[in-house]
Amino acid sequence: MSETLVSIWTDANTQWVLIGTLLLGLASGLVGSFALLKKQSLIGDAMAHAALPGICIAFLIHGAKSMSWFIIGAALSGLLATFFIEKMIKLSRIKEDTSIGLVLSVFFGFGIVLLTYINHQSKGNQSGIDDFIFGQAASLVGADVKLISAVAVLLIIITVVLFKELKLLTFDPQFAQGIGLPTGLLNGLLMTLIVGVVVIGLQAVGVILMSAMLITPAIAARYWTERLDHMVIIAGAIGAFSGVFGTLLSTTTKGMPTGPLIIVAATIIFLISMVFAPKRGLLVKAIRRSRLRRQVAREQVLQTLYDFTEQEYLQYKTGNGFHEQQIMKKRPISMSMLRKVLRSLEKEELVRRTGDALWCLTEKGLTEAYHITLRNRLMEVYLMNEMNYAHFNIRQDMDLLQLPEKVLTELKQLLKQYGREPLVLPANMNAGKRPYHRYASIGGK
Amino acid sequence: MSYEGWILLTGSLVGISCGIVGCFLILRKMAMLADAISHTVLLGIVGAYLISNSLEGVYMLIGAAVVGILTAFFVQLLHSIGVQSDAAIGVVFTSLFAVGVILLSLFGGKVHLDVEHALMGEITFIPWDILEINGINLGPKAVWMLGTVLILNLIIILLFYKEIKISSFDPDMAVALGIPVLFIHYLLMGMLSLTTVASFDSVGAILVVAMLIVPGATAYLLTDKLSVMLMLSALVGVLSAIAGYFIAMIFNVSISGSMAVAAGVIFAITFVLSPTHGLLSRWLARKRLQNKSA
Repeated sequence: MSETLVSIWTDANTQWVLIGTLLLGLASGLVGSFALLKKQSLIGDAMAHAALPGICIAFLIHGAKSMSWFIIGAALSGLLATFFIEKMIKLSRIKEDTSIGLVLSVFFGFGIVLLTYINHQSKGNQSGIDDFIFGQAASLVGADVKLISAVAVLLIIITVVLFKELKLLTFDPQFAQGIGLPTGLLNGLLMTLIVGVVVIGLQAVGVILMSAMLITPAIAARYWTERLDHMVIIAGAIGAFSGVFGTLLSTTTKGMPTGPLIIVAATIIFLISMVFAPKRGLLVKAIRRSRLRRQVAREQVLQTLYDFTEQEYLQYKTGNGFHEQQIMKKRPISMSMLRKVLRSLEKEELVRRTGDALWCLTEKGLTEAYHITLRNRLMEVYLMNEMNYAHFNIRQDMDLLQLPEKVLTELKQLLKQYGREPLVLPANMNAGKRPYHRYASIGGK
Repeated sequence: MSYEGWILLTGSLVGISCGIVGCFLILRKMAMLADAISHTVLLGIVGAYLISNSLEGVYMLIGAAVVGILTAFFVQLLHSIGVQSDAAIGVVFTSLFAVGVILLSLFGGKVHLDVEHALMGEITFIPWDILEINGINLGPKAVWMLGTVLILNLIIILLFYKEIKISSFDPDMAVALGIPVLFIHYLLMGMLSLTTVASFDSVGAILVVAMLIVPGATAYLLTDKLSVMLMLSALVGVLSAIAGYFIAMIFNVSISGSMAVAAGVIFAITFVLSPTHGLLSRWLARKRLQNKSA
């Protein structure tokens, strides 16, 4: 194993193949990002399948296996397929997905017909066209790889030079047209770039899996950033890494096709990105969601305790705290969640245990709960009279206490009218009118 | 029946089953899912072989159906966690297919299951793989398998016709009416995988995709009624199978490839000449309108 590894690094042809797949991965990540954001990633699939008849026709005309002829043939039939797809969507009621699938399967069927025709013609002489279906990077020879690398570099340069224009075309085609960019031409150029990547990838990755080279690195990169320039770079890096990884593994294992290994490597990177990416990853999202749920539960518990306290205050009595069951009856909250929240509130010294499963607010907790309750009740009255306050542009997620003083007073007035004013005031507001024994500092003295 | 007859019958059965299932895919804008499932079926077949260690049709059918539904499930899953749907399809089918090809190259040496077979099918050998019970020759196995799947499909469609129809055309209304839309979705996916795998063995992956999408699309250009569309689609499927076979015989080329090409030609003709949605009739209608307004 280690010997083969050494021989790989020293063998000139393998070095070239590695450079070729690296550049290919880079180019497909770059171009694929645009295709993905334009929601046209499956067009790459159609182009890859549609390239087969082009390759066969090039072989029939030229009469021998020649990389440059194959590339020209594949590019022409790929562009023809794109043309058919776009015309079909435009001129009939057939939708995009159907037209892609239709063109893809018919072109590929025609390719297979030509392939069998060639095989019968050349009487058992395997022309090597079969390699195009699954990809066999090891079968590439020096001159082919140099051609592939040259085209890849060309595609990368075009993408980098026209980055700004392509970006505009992707995100806001109307605006691009408005400022006088030739959008039709640019769109055609993007299609040509996609065809270019697909065509040079066919030999290494194969017809069937080539679309993944466009999609997978780009969608993986999408998880790591919100910026197109970063996304393009990350996608290129992922593509390049998968290309090198797949090629290395394929040349060390006998009879292993390159394409599938490249794609599996890219897919693993995609899965890792999907789960672990910061901001957009599933893990971070799950943590954020549970934190939010916790916060909502915390506010609910505090407000419920406040409601109970207020009722007690109105009925001129001071009980021995409030039971957990009582809270659960008023709020849709699970036992374990309630316990967890209460424990953390106790640590913050916002609530106090007064008996078995009995709790009440501390003075500090009362202040906190008062503000939560006030906020929620203000929102209630606002929602009841939404029409009158439309000009304030209040949103559901806004903190109503941050409103301008005038509006706040008005809303508080309404609160009083509806009798929803929170009655038990915290100590520092010092407005308690009658003694309340639970909290000595509230007008108690 | 003659050798030729069996091949034509097999092709026609594929055309009918795929044509019918394909209509729903087109109406639900899920045509690319057919492409995806027809590729991942390979993993199902390889997996079934690795687990059961036999090449019996039943195991293949089960394995492929399981992977087919898994494909649909994974696509749905990725879509629900925010991956755009075309990319979701692209990622799922290519990765599952890649795993299938890798397994095949690792263990495939011993299996009579080569990749070319998977792609192009072996419809020429179908008439020789005969089902015998008590020494009685009952005809090719593939015909029995395809026939069973077709009947199964027809039963499901007849039973749930209204539900499938409503949930295909107006999913929101279907939900409001209390139709289990998700169940219908997976029912269709199950039908799709069964049909794909039954056809896959005889005609290969390419023809399956072509037969699923092209006849349905052709019928879609000819009518506005679902029941008519289903029948037209089946008819187009049969026509392409027969025409494709004769093309293949004349030029001595791949039969399944020719069937796909024949389907494409029929579609192209319809695209131009369809009386309601064709290019020509629309062009004429526009001309007439221009003359009238002038």
